[in-house]
Amino acid sequence: MAVLETGAVPAPTVAIRPRGASRREGWQRRLPLLPALIYIVVVTQIPFLVTLWYSFQSYFFDVPAPAHFIGFSNYTTVFTNAAFRGSLVRSVVMTATSVIVAMLLGIAFALLLDRKFLGRGVVRTLIITPFLVMPAAAALVWAGPMLDPNFGLLNYLLEPFGVHHVAWLSTHALGSVIAVMIWQWTPFMTLIVLAGLQGQPSDTLEAAKVDGAGALATFRELTLPHLRPYIELGILLGSIYLVNAFDAVRLMTNGGPGTATTNLPFYLYQQVNFAFDVGGAAAAGVVTVILTIIVATFALRMFARVFQFEEASG
Amino acid sequence: MTALPLRPGHSGRPRQQRLREMSGRAGWGIVAWVVAIAFFLPVLWMVITAFKPESAAETWPPQFIFKPTLSEFRLVFSGMGPFLTHSVVATVGSTILVVLLSVPAAYALSVHPVKHWRDGLFFFISTKMLPIVAAIGPLYVIALHLHLLDSIWLLIILYTAMNLPLAIWMIRSFMLEVPRELLEAARLDGAGRIREITGVILPIISPGLVSTALICVIFAWNELFLALNLTVTNAATMPMYLISSVPQEGLYIAHLSAAATIASVPVILVGWIAQRSLVRGLSMGAIK
Repeated sequence: MAVLETGAVPAPTVAIRPRGASRREGWQRRLPLLPALIYIVVVTQIPFLVTLWYSFQSYFFDVPAPAHFIGFSNYTTVFTNAAFRGSLVRSVVMTATSVIVAMLLGIAFALLLDRKFLGRGVVRTLIITPFLVMPAAAALVWAGPMLDPNFGLLNYLLEPFGVHHVAWLSTHALGSVIAVMIWQWTPFMTLIVLAGLQGQPSDTLEAAKVDGAGALATFRELTLPHLRPYIELGILLGSIYLVNAFDAVRLMTNGGPGTATTNLPFYLYQQVNFAFDVGGAAAAGVVTVILTIIVATFALRMFARVFQFEEASG
Repeated sequence: MTALPLRPGHSGRPRQQRLREMSGRAGWGIVAWVVAIAFFLPVLWMVITAFKPESAAETWPPQFIFKPTLSEFRLVFSGMGPFLTHSVVATVGSTILVVLLSVPAAYALSVHPVKHWRDGLFFFISTKMLPIVAAIGPLYVIALHLHLLDSIWLLIILYTAMNLPLAIWMIRSFMLEVPRELLEAARLDGAGRIREITGVILPIISPGLVSTALICVIFAWNELFLALNLTVTNAATMPMYLISSVPQEGLYIAHLSAAATIASVPVILVGWIAQRSLVRGLSMGAIK
């Protein structure tokens, strides 16, 4: 406190704060954060609390009776319900397959794009485009002009290979939906891996070349370890979005044939919109959220590792 | 550090090897082009089909040569009016709200960080991991009671929450790059926090702010699940117009393709223009 008014000496950058001021300082720091924090708590947490509440209620849109408490019976239904379990398994399969394949393709594309060749900028632009197409548009265009058994472009292109008028969406429904998800998300993975490749110090690569290391060995020993955080980040972010995949399922197959492509989002959508079962959907939702929290705990830990935090100061 | 660094590919190499390297390079270039065109083909086919008359769109074999027409585009333009308006209002409205909320929040998590800034950051991102689909029934009931069902305000509110965590992370990463010395200098000049933000930080991060906004625009523009569940006519957006362009019966492929093209083009153009910042946005600021 005594150093404050010495005049000649420039003010120290880190001032020693008296106690009262530090409390005010604390609030001054917190204040700009509050609007966003309150907003996100209200909009994203309240619906989940209400979901929790409804999960113990019997409440149907199409029944005039008011919601009433029924204990855990919605949960018993969820756990004994094969449809819920099936959709859960399909969600896991769809997310894992599409994320992994998109990442493998993404790595391959990124390696291609990392080389110098004529028109690289155009190629890059073409490759990222599927990610930018509105998912609803992508789903409908794939379902119609691309995959239709009678006039679809894919069957035409595959005809020389002995493929004749395959009804992709009835015979290979799950595969078709996953393929479209992969098509849309490969550009995302490509961009992230490419950023990793371009951030690789070129001198270590040249040193490896001088030492006579083969391309494959260099990739395995140097490039892949360097890419690891980028690959993890891509998988993590891709999973966050793809686990909620709804557009392709709703618009390509409507969850069918039967329940062949019904994933969790589509199952919950059906419960609310066609079974009008708010209580049952809420219980299924709560179970989904609990499962998500378990996965997200690991995901968040990975996040903390991937984002090497620049220490904030001030 | 005694040896001169040898640059591979320089004149010391025998000519044959250089030639082989060059042809190898061209070979990989061709592979890249083939892959890119194959990947782009569905988009191209969508645009081509959009210019077909309906009768030429559903033929076997598919027609590649035909007389292009704008009639389907005309039909789409005359029908999509309200949907387009709703989409623009929901997208622009939510993006403005996101920026207004996320700039101060990012400031409080980077420049003058609150005590538990790390927890704050992770709280925001954890809300992105909660599947909104799980709460769709209750969300419907809440909206019903608040008289927000089928209202554009509801979409603005929800899209803001959807994009806010992403924007906070991104803008924070830009703010961390503002040189400390500039902030110190402003403080010595007696600038308060608001002057610090508006006078020093915002001008520097404005390109970052634009790319953040663009990412938010992309996600809001493309959103279907919430719109489909919570709106009917008064707030139905472009993705829903696409769905309505698929009729129960009759030919529709050219019409659908025209609608899909128009719905996708704004975001495709935005993404092409903002290619460089796309990576940073999609990685929420992790990749510079």
